[in-house]
Amino acid sequence: MTEWLERHVPKMVLAPSFAAILVFVYGFIAWTAWVSLTRSRLLPKYEIEGLIQYERLFASPRFDTAMVNLFIFGTLFIIISMVLGLLIAILLDQKIRTEGVLRTIYLYPMALSMIVTGTAWKWIMNPGLGIEKMVRDWGFENFSFDWVIDPDMAIYAVVIAGVWQASGFVMALFLAGLRSVDGEIIKAAQVDGIPNWRIYSAIIIPSMAPIFLSAFIVLAHLAIKSFDLVIALTGGGPGYATDLPATYMYAMAFSRGDIGQAASSAMVMMAVVFAIIVPYLYSELRTKHD
Amino acid sequence: MTDIALTTAHSPSRNWGRIALRWLLFTLLGLFALFYLMPLFVMVTTSLKSLEEIRTGSLVAFPREVTFEAWRTAWSGACTGIQCEGLRPYFWNSVILAIPAVLISTILGALNGYVIAQWKFKGANLIFSLMLFGCFIPFQVVLLPMARTLGIMGIAGTIPGLIFVHVIYGIGFTTLFFRNYYVTIPQELVKAAKVDGAGFFRIFWSIFLPLSLPIIVVTVIWQFTQIWNDFLFGVSFSQAGTQPVTVALNNIVNSTTGVKEYNVDMAAAIIAALPTLLVYVVAGKYFIRGLTAGSVKG
Repeated sequence: MTEWLERHVPKMVLAPSFAAILVFVYGFIAWTAWVSLTRSRLLPKYEIEGLIQYERLFASPRFDTAMVNLFIFGTLFIIISMVLGLLIAILLDQKIRTEGVLRTIYLYPMALSMIVTGTAWKWIMNPGLGIEKMVRDWGFENFSFDWVIDPDMAIYAVVIAGVWQASGFVMALFLAGLRSVDGEIIKAAQVDGIPNWRIYSAIIIPSMAPIFLSAFIVLAHLAIKSFDLVIALTGGGPGYATDLPATYMYAMAFSRGDIGQAASSAMVMMAVVFAIIVPYLYSELRTKHD
Repeated sequence: MTDIALTTAHSPSRNWGRIALRWLLFTLLGLFALFYLMPLFVMVTTSLKSLEEIRTGSLVAFPREVTFEAWRTAWSGACTGIQCEGLRPYFWNSVILAIPAVLISTILGALNGYVIAQWKFKGANLIFSLMLFGCFIPFQVVLLPMARTLGIMGIAGTIPGLIFVHVIYGIGFTTLFFRNYYVTIPQELVKAAKVDGAGFFRIFWSIFLPLSLPIIVVTVIWQFTQIWNDFLFGVSFSQAGTQPVTVALNNIVNSTTGVKEYNVDMAAAIIAALPTLLVYVVAGKYFIRGLTAGSVKG
């Protein structure tokens, strides 16, 4: 008996967590997927009706805006954060004596809640009292910076705040990558008289491909899940100009009482995440087994 | 470490070029530092100004007259909707929510990681993959059924309900952290201890736990930051009175009644950010390690 117990203790320790994940992750995904195929409104219904919710979803101009915004925000957020992060990492890699302090400064936004970030940038970009007023007071009377209340520009205001928050983290990833490149190769290149920018562009950066992939995955994941930032910065507005799928889902679930739409938009979000994550996880797990 | 900065300068003109480049480098780094510091600076100075000074002065000016009135209001008087008790009760909500959630998810993660890394059994890798996968789902996909489940369990809108949610969706990451740490410890250790007659828990307690301090620190910091900064679960699963500090902050900032008190908004934002900022300043090294471990696995 004790021997049996001893042999099965590891499984019994893991079992509750595994059961919880099965129910609360996979079971819940199945529930949401099921409900997304029904006519649920205020209360869930369980008779499958086909793709009616998805038809409503893709016919909805609001969800259309949300998907376009996700594309704009995601693309700009990822590209700018990566470029900025790589640039700062390379600059910091030049034997700077104050590197520790600077790194701390570049990275602290990552410790903040997106709600705090949104609140701060909402104030900074306040049209009446923020940057706009500051520059006007400097004498540029026609200067205008009212992105947070301009339906066409508000999503770019979200990009600014998002980049501010996440680019330092990308910098830290890249800096670790730069430092892991084999020093002997670099020394050899320097001895051969190859200029620094060529060393970076031809030797160091190409060898960091896995880090680019990681940074991309993290940023894409952050972009898709971005909810708090939009809520705090623009509240999804003006109108629904800065809605993302995440805020659309939340509005349907908790203020519109449209469970069918909430479930189907959540499934679309998951499909987008899967399209990005699954190939990555697959390659990760496969290389580990080799 | 690799030194890529050129160390050999042959001619004076080359030397001048180097100095100019160095200046350019420091200027750029300084400008970037300004970009990252500016919002914090604006938040702090705005929180110390009076409303009158905010309306007339410049965004980036130091306060002419420092007043802590806004801080007092933010802490104990600002309105989050109909209640006007400031952030204080919600700050404590976040504290009593974060502490047990962090502890439970860390303990579970340590045990899970220990099993997966050192007591491999058939299917353990599959279980690990399934748990890992759970880290990446957008939580929107579980919001609706979780809201109903919390209702059925009778803990909807309560702090224990929020603790439960944070523990469940934290297990994936904490397991990942500990698994990746324990997998580097040679399996011979467990084998030798088993020969000496030590059991599963004994080996964990007297061999693995004493080795685990660094990963415990990383995990606790990661979980604390995640849970403290969470907004989605907080806003979905709390009700008036049980909201965490991020939700209360958002309510203060976006409440539409009365005059907009920007100084109070900024003071409230800093108060909500202080615990995680403090952790970052005190234990930045571990914070960064958690960030990179959470994204670069293996």
